[in-house]
Amino acid sequence: MKCDVCENEASVFLTQIINGQMTTVNLCETCSKAKGVTEETGFGLAEAFLTPSQRVDTDTMEVVCNACGFTASQLKKIGRMGCPECYSAFSEGLDGLLRNMHKGTRHIGKRPNRQIAPDPQPMARARSNVQVAPQPAPPAPPPLDVAKLREDLDLAVREERYEDAARLKAEIERLQPKASSK
Amino acid sequence: MMRFATLIKNPADWMKGAGPHSEIVMTSRVRLARNLRGYPFPGFSQERQRVELLEKARSVVENLPEMRDGYSEDYTDLSKIRKQVLVERHLVSREHAARSSGCAVVLDRKQSISIMINEEDHFRIQGIRPGLNLGSAFELVDRVDTELESSLPYAFDQKLGYLTACPTNLGTGMRASVMLHLPALVLTDQINPVIKAVGKIGLAVRGLYGEGTEALGNLFQISNQHTLGEAEPEIIAQIEKVIEGVVRSEQTARAKLKEDHKTMFSDQVGRAFAILRYAHILASKEALNLLSMLRLGADLDLVGNCDRSLLDMLLLEIQPAHLQLNAARELSPEERDGMRAEITRARLQSIDGPSNFPPSQSTPGGTPSKPNDE
Repeated sequence: MKCDVCENEASVFLTQIINGQMTTVNLCETCSKAKGVTEETGFGLAEAFLTPSQRVDTDTMEVVCNACGFTASQLKKIGRMGCPECYSAFSEGLDGLLRNMHKGTRHIGKRPNRQIAPDPQPMARARSNVQVAPQPAPPAPPPLDVAKLREDLDLAVREERYEDAARLKAEIERLQPKASSK
Repeated sequence: MMRFATLIKNPADWMKGAGPHSEIVMTSRVRLARNLRGYPFPGFSQERQRVELLEKARSVVENLPEMRDGYSEDYTDLSKIRKQVLVERHLVSREHAARSSGCAVVLDRKQSISIMINEEDHFRIQGIRPGLNLGSAFELVDRVDTELESSLPYAFDQKLGYLTACPTNLGTGMRASVMLHLPALVLTDQINPVIKAVGKIGLAVRGLYGEGTEALGNLFQISNQHTLGEAEPEIIAQIEKVIEGVVRSEQTARAKLKEDHKTMFSDQVGRAFAILRYAHILASKEALNLLSMLRLGADLDLVGNCDRSLLDMLLLEIQPAHLQLNAARELSPEERDGMRAEITRARLQSIDGPSNFPPSQSTPGGTPSKPNDE
């Protein structure tokens, strides 16, 4: 079996249950060391394979939204998202859910003509105004254009950062649905 | 901006006006759910985040050309009764009225457009038109939405469309709903198959005040459930097509009532008029159901000198919060029943009682009416 990161033969096989879903990661020795998997406190692994919109709550080992701190179990309980970014954080399994709910899984219809830039991270800004920080929320990812994403993708492939490459590819597909999927 | 008293004194545009199939379709409403990037949804945000969003967005909403000289109120400044009055007029949702700090409502002068800030989503933009006219209701909200998007950063995803707190609203974020008065389908026991058929097509059927409410006064709301994977005009065209079908069924049932169950029908309308015109205690449910019969009688020319909009206005006036607003104090249920009867008696003074049916042919020597087979 090949390593998920590089092309070498994998020798470390790690299975974690995140969000009630089994995730298996196969790594070669070098990569496993680089990721800190073999260390006792090697929970960093989960983060290494998360998308930028996700992080893992170290107490509950649960995926939470990086922007607002909403948890997967809250989503399950109330059936609503915490913030717009949650749709990226909890994108896994979303299509299946939407298929049962709607006519399709892809928006057809009105689109904003003029997408204006948001305020510089109101969530982060709001946090700095008060003493009690609700949830650590890193800045929302800036809007990316596809050309820039493709450059990043090329670079990621050249540098053999395959998990980054996979994420970038997914992002490009999301922005350019027609070009890639139809 | 307009004061609450001024707003309520005037009937809404859609209450006075008539639209296509007004005798059966009371109103057409379209609402859009919209959210801003960078803020948690109201259900998961902290009070100060909601207040911040409200401060930022409220002036933008108030300054829309459509909202000029309209009404705008922060919920912290709005009494429970006033909020409930807005619910009874379908200008805000029950869920929104239950909220307080960080929430506001902005209405246009004609009460045709309502924008709720920090409902389940950051914005709920609603347009109401009389009769079956979803297209025109959509035009209202579409225009407002396009203006808002030019100054507020919407949460929009290329694949998922407008991002909403609940995934059931994703995509267009649009809910189009029609309020129908279907007394003949209820009287002739045909309502259940109609509701079932409508449900099978993927549309939702609800009572007078939305989810989980009873179909009081033979009033039913039909709305779309799917919001993703179809464009707005398709969704609207589909509902309108279904509603046209329901309207035809109701018309057929009305014609049948008039021809085959003349005595029973005249009796129902006559009793409704008598009770409404002379009762001194009227419970809400009873009043709504009797008014439904009277409206049907007026639609079928059984009641003379009866303007439909008078009955529709009365329907609102006798709702609990409207009664209490009118009395300028809280009323016990018993007091409300008394006041409801008083207002109803007064309003029906101008109406001629139900005549023999049909008036012109009811000569003593004419064909006797068929025995009531119900």
